[in-house]
Parts: sequence; structure tokens; C-alpha cells
Amino acid sequence: MKALRSPRVKDSSKASTGIAGFDEITGGGLPRGRTTLLSGGPGSGKTIFGLQFLAHGVRDCNEPGIFVAFEETSNRIVANAEGFGWNLPELQPKKLFFLDAQPPPELIQAGNFDLTGMLAALGARIKEMGARRIVFDALDVLLALLSDSMEKRREIYRLHEWLLASGLTALITAKAGGDETNSFSQQPSSFVQFMVDCAVILNHGVELGVSQRNLRVQKYRGSAFDENEAPFVIGKHGVDVAISRMLGQMDAKVTTERVTSGVKRLDTMLGGGYYRGASVLITGFPGTAKTTFGGAFAEAACRRGERTLFLGFDSDATEVVRNLTSVGIRLARHMKSGLLRMISARSIAGSAETLLVLIKALAKEHEARCLVIDPVSELSKAGNAFTARGVVERLIDWSKTGGITLLCTSLLDEMPGRTDGGTPLQISTLADTWIHLNYMVQAGERNRTMSIIKSRGMAHSNQVRELILSASGVTLADIYTAGGEVLTGTLRWEKESAGRVASEVAEIAGKLKRVTLDAEEAVLEVRAKSLQTELVAKQVEKALLTRTTESQERELTRGRARVRELRGADAAIAARK
Amino acid sequence: MFRFRLYVAQDTQNSVQAVANLTAICRASLPDRYQIEVVNVLKEPKRALAEGIIMTPTLLKLAPAPIRRIVGTLGKTQLVLLALGLQTSVP
Repeated sequence: MKALRSPRVKDSSKASTGIAGFDEITGGGLPRGRTTLLSGGPGSGKTIFGLQFLAHGVRDCNEPGIFVAFEETSNRIVANAEGFGWNLPELQPKKLFFLDAQPPPELIQAGNFDLTGMLAALGARIKEMGARRIVFDALDVLLALLSDSMEKRREIYRLHEWLLASGLTALITAKAGGDETNSFSQQPSSFVQFMVDCAVILNHGVELGVSQRNLRVQKYRGSAFDENEAPFVIGKHGVDVAISRMLGQMDAKVTTERVTSGVKRLDTMLGGGYYRGASVLITGFPGTAKTTFGGAFAEAACRRGERTLFLGFDSDATEVVRNLTSVGIRLARHMKSGLLRMISARSIAGSAETLLVLIKALAKEHEARCLVIDPVSELSKAGNAFTARGVVERLIDWSKTGGITLLCTSLLDEMPGRTDGGTPLQISTLADTWIHLNYMVQAGERNRTMSIIKSRGMAHSNQVRELILSASGVTLADIYTAGGEVLTGTLRWEKESAGRVASEVAEIAGKLKRVTLDAEEAVLEVRAKSLQTELVAKQVEKALLTRTTESQERELTRGRARVRELRGADAAIAARK
Repeated sequence: MFRFRLYVAQDTQNSVQAVANLTAICRASLPDRYQIEVVNVLKEPKRALAEGIIMTPTLLKLAPAPIRRIVGTLGKTQLVLLALGLQTSVP
């Protein structure tokens, strides 16, 4: 539902403001040589915007500028801006000239006046300095002195003509009510709105108890621009406008490098670990050990020598360190060495925008490669959920582009069925890896379980595993599933040991059987041998019988022949020859 | 002796009126007791800047003390007189 983004083209017809995010929204900055109107309520940041515009012009674009102050004195303005580090005094007065044009309080007005004098004076100064930019801060204060609306119109027109002729890139700031339907935009001064080429509205409101600042480009002649309201904060270096990443600008290098999660078996379940630069979400009901996962990841990162930032919103940093020591995660030494920075952000109030700016600043300061935010659901508490979602999107974009591996924990309220729609912030759709921690209540015990709901770009285990926290660390145990039961905790342990016993028994039974069979085999072998011996004996008997029979027959034959011999006497002797 | 410095923007309508009005008031209320210096900011812009002149015409009453600053065409005579301390009450 976002309007088309303006092309990110270096447009020379625009003067860059140097205000983070604004140049992107407008596709380059303010219209060069033309006038822009910046309106907003008191304290909405108009003066800072104008100053930042000029400071950037001097420091980075070689464009000297003039600041015409109608309300506050220039000394006050410069002093108030000291914290931003623009070093304004250094630029004064050659490159940055402040004109105090506050109507004196004791001023007596007798009749109409005009701005010719001021414009003439400025004209001289502009020539001298070679000024290219000018800011009229709180012009409405001056115009208010003109009682006649005709007069007002005339002076506005005079100013407009003069600005056009001068070719300066001008910014006029004016007070407006909380909304747009206010005095300044309603009557003669509404003429200003039509005369300018670009109009920006700053809004500073309170939403659900949290202050939110918004910026909106109302019009921009001759240019495409992002029409939506953009949240901004006044950060360390000035105005910081939040923009979601524009399509086609993802210049994050895609990597296949893996980083360990700190829990060995989880790495295996993920096929190596989290991807470098990925965003990991750990969700779970209160007390399911989300912080422990964050701690394990942080510890593993520090072991690798990588700078890590741990942002805790729930507990104080020292408490977290102490609590994690009880599960064998020792972070204290990494804090000492400076690799790990733990920050308790609990006391920090502010909108989700402010928190994001803070997170970015802290991460940059620490040069963090790994970032843990515990819990990220804290962001939705500050302000409304809608803006928080945008913030989370940008958080993930930013960490991905920077190659920072981000681990967020998120609370899911103990409401049934809440997990269906994902987390309140919808971060579950944005995260690359989503791990869910849960409880199983069984047989009078509460046991923790962990499962990987999704992990983009890698094959991962779909098994629910039991999460065991002990003094020796975090481990994952396989859940016992058999016969349709899912067992965890002591039941699992019982079943496991029963299983062990059963396998032992089976082994022994097997052994016994084998021995028995061996014996039978031996017995049979012996029998076979004895039969064999019998067979041989019988064969010998048979042979003997044959021999006996043969010799008997022989003898018998010889006997007969002898008898014949003896009876036949002479014939047998002749036969014997 | 009243000393005035009137900053004008050359001959814009307001400035011309201011000159005329001031002259008239002085002639009427301070005959021979006044001195008017007219500064044309268009000719001397640096001076205007240095002296903090934003609106034109601006009248500066330098003497007698206190220094008073009046902006505008000086059309409202009574008001001007009051501001200059030449009249104690508004009729």
C-alpha cells in the first residue's frame, strides 16, 4: 500500500539537505532555486531542519547559507544545536550568516511597513558570501505584525519575487497548529502555500502515551515524491527520517556462510547453523528459555571472536549474565574482553522509531556483527503496533544489508491459538529462521520442547525435540515416540531405560540360543560319526563274507576236481599238466 | 533637540509616506527643534544590516533619551506623538 518511490537519482535540480531519509523521500532534496515551506507545531523540529539544511550545504555542498531568525535569537539557536556536532560557530560568519530579525518587544508600530530594507541588506550579504541557500525561520512571527491581510499578501509576494530573482534555494518555516487546518494555512498566509514549490509538514504528536514525530511532503511541484507520512526522530546528528528500503536497492550480499547457534544439535538440525546475516526469531511463552538461546548464540559468536551486542529489554544485563551462568553459558569473560556489550534497555522510553535509531547507533558504535534483541516484542509496546511493524521491517532490512546476524526473541502471550497468526508484530513472516519453544505438560511435569517452524534456504529437521537445560549447557534430546505416544521428561527417560533393558535381554537370549544350537550340532555330529563307523564295519563284514564265500567255493571246486582226479587217476594227472 | 534617523527603502510607497509624515509631525510639534537623517537602505545595505533594520520604514529617535524605535508609515499621528513622548495622553 505504499506509493511509488521516487527514483534514487542524483538530481541536480534539487539541493540535498543532508537529512537522513529526507533526500530519499524527495528524490534528491529541496527544489533548487525555489522556495519550500516547512510548517509544523511548536517543537516539531522546524528550526533544526532548517539549520541542518544549511549546515549540510556549507560542509558538504560548498554552498554558503544565511539563516534569518524571526523568533529565537541566533545565539540561542546556535547554542541549542551544539549537541548535533555540526560545529556551527566554526562556519560563521563567512559561510554561514545569521541575521537576527526578531521584532523587538518594545517595538512600536505606527502604520504599515515592508521588508524591502531587509531584503536589500540580505542582497548585499548574499553577494559578499556567494550564498546559495537561505532559511527564514518563523516567518509567521513577522507577518503577524502586518495587520492588514492585503499587506501580508503583498509582502509575501515581494519576498517570493525577491527569492526567485536571487536564485537561492529557500526554506521558510512557519508555525502551524497540530493539524493542517490552522490559521496560517487558512487565510492570507495560505497564499504562501500556493507560492511555494514544495511544502513539508512536520507533526509531533502523542500516540498511546508515546511521542511520535512524522514528516510528510505535502506537495512538490515537478517531482515525484513519497507521499506517505514518514516517522522521524531527532537523533544524535540531527533529523533522521525513517524510510523503508526501496525495492531494487537490496545490496546485501547473499552468502552461504553459516554461524553456529550455540547449541550443537540445533546446528545439525539446521544443516550447519544459521545463515550469516540472517534474521532468527525465537518465540515462546514466558519461561521457555528464549533468552537462553540468545545467550548461547552470543557466547558462540564471542568464541569466534566476533563483536556482539545484546540488547535486553526484560532483565538487567547483570541478571541475565548470572542467570545464563546457571546453564553453562559464561558471558562475563566476553564482556570483560570487550567483545560482548550487554545493554539493559528497559529504562529507555520512546517510540519504536526512537528505539530503532538507538539500536542502530549502538550497533554501529560497537561494530557489532551479531545482535541479540530480547525481546523484540517490546517494540510493539511503545506506541502503536502499526508503526512498530514498520520499524521491525526496517530493522531487519538494516541488519541484513550490514551483514549483521540478528537474533530476536519474542513473547507470545499465554493465549491458546495465538501461534496461528504469527507474532503480533508479524516478524515471523519477515524472519529467515523461526524457532518455537513450548511446554509439554505430562504426568505432572513441565518439559520444554523446541521445534523449527521454518528456516529459509536450508533443509531442516522437522522433529520436535526436548530442550534440556543443565549446568553443563543446553542440549536437545530426541523425544520418545512410539506406539503413538509422545514422551518427554522422566517418562521419556523411563521409556529409554526400559528400551535399553529390553535390548540387553534380547541380546542375551540370542546368545543363549546360539549356545544351545551349538550343543545340538555337536551331538548330531557325533551321531553321524558313529553311524559312519558302523557303516564301515558292515562293509568290512560284507567283504569278509564275500571272501569267505569265494574261498569256500574254490575249495569246493578243488575238492571235486581232486576227487575226480583220484577217481580217474590218469586223466587228471594229464589235466594237471 | 530631537534627532531622528529614518531608514527608508528609497521611494517605496511606505517609505515615501513615512518621510512625509515625519516631516509634517516635526514641523507641527517640534518647530526648529528637530534633525532628520534619512538613510536609504537600498543604497547602504550594509549599514542597515549592521544596525538591525529589518522593516522599512523604521524611525529611530536618537535624542533625547530614551532611544525609541518606531516602525511603519507613521500615519497615526497621535500614536507617533505618544511614542515620542510628545503627548502624554490620547485624546
